[in-house]
Amino acid sequence: MSFAFFFKEAIRGLSRNSAPALAAMLTVLLTALVLGVFIPIVQATTGTANEVRDRVVVSVYVAEDATEGERRQLAAALERTTNVKSVEFVSKAEGLAEAKRKNPEAFAEGAKLLGANPLPDMYRVVPDDPDQVSAIVDRLAPVGADGGREPSLAAIDEVRNKEEDTEKILSATGLVKILTGGLMALLVFASIALVANTLRLSIFARRREVEVMKLVGATNWFIRWPFVIEGVVVGAMGGVLAVLLLTIAKETFIDPLQSRFDLLAAPETINFPLLIVVLLLACIAVSAAGSAITLRRFLRV
Amino acid sequence: MAQLRTRKRPEVAPIPPPAPTGDVPVVELRDVSKVYDGGSVGLEHASMSIGRGEFVFLVGATGCGKSTCIRLLMKELEASSGEVLIAGKRLNDVDRSKVPYLRRNIGTVFQDYKLLPNRTVYDNVAYSLQVIGEPRDEIRRKVPDILRLVGLSTKLHNFPDELSGGEQQRVSIARAFVNHPPLLLADEPTGNLDPETSIGIMQLIYRINKTGTTVVVATHDKEMVDKMRRRVIELREGRIVRDELSGMYRPDESTTEFAIRLRGELGVGAEGHPN
Repeated sequence: MSFAFFFKEAIRGLSRNSAPALAAMLTVLLTALVLGVFIPIVQATTGTANEVRDRVVVSVYVAEDATEGERRQLAAALERTTNVKSVEFVSKAEGLAEAKRKNPEAFAEGAKLLGANPLPDMYRVVPDDPDQVSAIVDRLAPVGADGGREPSLAAIDEVRNKEEDTEKILSATGLVKILTGGLMALLVFASIALVANTLRLSIFARRREVEVMKLVGATNWFIRWPFVIEGVVVGAMGGVLAVLLLTIAKETFIDPLQSRFDLLAAPETINFPLLIVVLLLACIAVSAAGSAITLRRFLRV
Repeated sequence: MAQLRTRKRPEVAPIPPPAPTGDVPVVELRDVSKVYDGGSVGLEHASMSIGRGEFVFLVGATGCGKSTCIRLLMKELEASSGEVLIAGKRLNDVDRSKVPYLRRNIGTVFQDYKLLPNRTVYDNVAYSLQVIGEPRDEIRRKVPDILRLVGLSTKLHNFPDELSGGEQQRVSIARAFVNHPPLLLADEPTGNLDPETSIGIMQLIYRINKTGTTVVVATHDKEMVDKMRRRVIELREGRIVRDELSGMYRPDESTTEFAIRLRGELGVGAEGHPN
């Protein structure tokens, strides 16, 4: 039979069982709303955590008395080191300008007192994987026999990676990432379980109907299609309503704030249209698949 | 299977009592036993053969295996041992996914009617045609026809819960017969009905039988069965204890004559339900 027939059957089923259908739709709506709010929050959090992790750098200070050749050798060696994402050269002058920018008051006085620029030339090394940053330090300045670090090249004065800061950043952001990831997984699982359970209830109420259909010789798919279409309709209605509410909330609350606080323009959040599409598809897929799977039990007659 | 699908026109000479020679029996049980998971026995070493166009009563007390028998025939249950054959086709060989196609050739009527509660009378009957992919104009033609036959032409758009028990059973008979299956199985078709209504239902089933359809009726209403004088297979605790073929038929009886005789013999109206 044609799609039109199955669609009509689905509409009949929905209108004749409007209470369970409404319950299923509300469940889809609520879970989609919660997910829709939570996904950007999780992403903003992990985004921020990643941004903080990017601040993990290794500073390689160049010895004052290094020759031009030795300096070139150092630059080449840094580029070759594994796990290095980028190497940035910061000259004495640049270093001073940067320091002044960060802390103008101290340097307004300090520059006068010092007279000359005390900062050495420096390479700023950004690692690919922040967790492996100590390996870079070990390579450039292995721990010597006396316990202190011995630079591996003549041009290196000292290698530093602000060990304490680094450790704090890594452990804190790692925890944040694990927590939000776990929370997200739980939420998705709970959503699917909740929707599946509501669908199960609404189909359970109609198991006699399915039994009769089997008795008159309906094939499994002949029975299943209307239920799947019902699932699609319920999922789509719940999803569309959720997306509508999310859009309204975004337009009225988030967007006006965004122009005032850069904070809320969090980095790397999923863009809104993509979020909408993902939510809608998830709603439809979960409720359609849920209907089909739940039905399996009653089709074994 | 192929044989079941051909819709035979009603045979003029009705109901040949001895097993038809050279013809494949519509229903055949060969030493069939059914033991349920719990260990209770539904059927024990039962063998029977029902030819084309026969009208057979399965009788016995509750729990004697009548329903087991019916459910085996429509492959709702699998036999524990032995062979169940429909039109020469062994049901053990019928794949699970092919069961719906088997059932399209078997009309079924139940004590509790088993109608779809949220469909009208018309839609209930139409559903069994939609299932087999009948074109829409065929459905529009056939459904009112069959409903007229069972006497429900004025209730097309009523829902099952707006009908009396007898009317609901008529709908289920219409649904069972609308695509003219070669075999009709009825499990206690009159179990919920008063005697007067029961006779109407039996009359209807009898008329269906007259068109050439093989009919198997399971009932515990033994008295009524004996008075109807059809082939009777009696079951007791899963075993066949009686299978009377001969002398129970009056070959050329019209539906009306049959009903008159039935009414007279049951004494309906005078003494109520024969039980």
